[in-house]
Amino acid sequence: MKIVVLLKKVPDLVEDLEVDASGKALDTDDIKFKLNEYDDHALEEAILLKESGAADEVVAMAVDGADVDKMLFTAIAKGADKAEKLIDGNPADSHQLGKAFANVLGSESYDLVFTGVQSVDDRDGQMGPILASYLNMPCVSVVSGVSVSDETAVVHKEYSGGMMGEFEVDLPAVLGIQAAKQAPRYAPVSKIRQVQETATIKEVSMGDLGSGAGSSVASMAPPEKGVSAEMLDDIEDLIDVLKEKGAL
Amino acid sequence: MGDILVITEHLKGEFQDITFEMLGRAKEMADSSGGQCVAVTFGSMNGKAGELGAADAVISVGGSDDFNPESYAAAVQSVVSAKSPSLVLVGSTSMGMDIANTVATTLDLPTVSYCADINTSGSGFSCTSSMYGGKMNAVTNLDGPAVAMVLAGAFNADAGRIPGSPTVENFSADSGAGKIRFKQLNEPESGDVDITQSEILVAVGRGIGNKDDIELAEELAEVLDADLACSRPLVDAGWMPKAHQVGKSGMKVKPKVYIALGISGAPEHIEGMKSSSTIIAINSDKNAPIFDVAHYGMTEDLFDVVEELVEELE
Repeated sequence: MKIVVLLKKVPDLVEDLEVDASGKALDTDDIKFKLNEYDDHALEEAILLKESGAADEVVAMAVDGADVDKMLFTAIAKGADKAEKLIDGNPADSHQLGKAFANVLGSESYDLVFTGVQSVDDRDGQMGPILASYLNMPCVSVVSGVSVSDETAVVHKEYSGGMMGEFEVDLPAVLGIQAAKQAPRYAPVSKIRQVQETATIKEVSMGDLGSGAGSSVASMAPPEKGVSAEMLDDIEDLIDVLKEKGAL
Repeated sequence: MGDILVITEHLKGEFQDITFEMLGRAKEMADSSGGQCVAVTFGSMNGKAGELGAADAVISVGGSDDFNPESYAAAVQSVVSAKSPSLVLVGSTSMGMDIANTVATTLDLPTVSYCADINTSGSGFSCTSSMYGGKMNAVTNLDGPAVAMVLAGAFNADAGRIPGSPTVENFSADSGAGKIRFKQLNEPESGDVDITQSEILVAVGRGIGNKDDIELAEELAEVLDADLACSRPLVDAGWMPKAHQVGKSGMKVKPKVYIALGISGAPEHIEGMKSSSTIIAINSDKNAPIFDVAHYGMTEDLFDVVEELVEELE
């Protein structure tokens, strides 16, 4: 059982986000990027399956970019067996990213592909079902909880109100992971350094990226402030509000 | 302009709110553009077509009542291929995510995610996507057929909740390759508390920083005789039980007073608590989207505020 986990960096939302000079995209010059939190859960779930003996191999895969080597070495430090980096291209959206992964996965053998259920920047759609469509494979999104046997996976898909749909899926398949069975682990810096010295990242050409999303952003702006909150100056004001609204 | 297709969503035999939210806006746009508003139903939900009076017509694809990512997407794909609508509205939901992306990618149509607003624009549509955790809005103009994923709560459900008798067409749809099989629907595990019934909620988010500090929020909940709730990241981190989670995949709550501590206000969270009578947000980031839905706000450090408040009230 081999699981490929797709990893992507996204802007860290704790940063002050601004629009760039084009007025159509985020200004990414001075902001920090971090691993998409759902991708982190996807990686964790794959590593848990390996640790339980249900999977034999976990491969972390990402498109080349700033600090991507470190992200992949960190994935190995957490428990992935191998890392692959897709080079020779610059995917502009989820569709081109999906094409890049589909091109590479098309010539590899594996049983499952895990990806984060969504990301904060995937305006043109979510990676799991886009990739699955390119690969002509089944896909279930919003998954928390995966168990596997030889030829199938049983997955839990979250609905609203805490309801879950349970599905059996023929392999190979793509899963959009919402949450791992436990919180994603941290890798100690010492371990990451050690991995950096010993492990290698395999580089693979990503091939033709196709025409992309078929739509583009006309303009981007922070949301207009609607009826925004009345700001309270001190605790006395807060207590007054709590009293007035019946909380005290 | 062509027709607007609304992909209905149901669970346990009931149309979900998102269905009516999309129908209301689709009807309005279809009326102004000269097209029809057409609802697509699954399984035996055509039996409830009378609830879909906002639609000019209903297409029933039949099949199972139980959602299946593969067969539902295949059915929608065959309807879209046959009817060539100018726009397909799908919920930005768990079920919608599987349908929208699969149909759009396979048919090579553009997808626009997280739509908080959609309007007719010239001969096409203009969609506003809420991105980056609600911190940016991106406008996409569509000139040809496309799939738009509509955020829950973006439109008023009442506008689409109109009884009527739309014509129902039974459509012979594809059902997919059978690689995904529905097993069962699992009810949520009942927790120690039902937060949907709480009058006052103290809700904690990522801003709380670490697990031990949740205790401070518990103290506040105690003095206010409130229940404790949280946003998704705290459940995923294993800090809080799932039964306390508010939001898209958690509970929808509407207490008298909702106190949000260190919650930034991502759309997924807002969806679960925006109906609260009074929302008080405490967050040190003055640009946090939670302040757009909160009635009252404070930008001080949440630990300072909560500690002082607990002291005063005790």
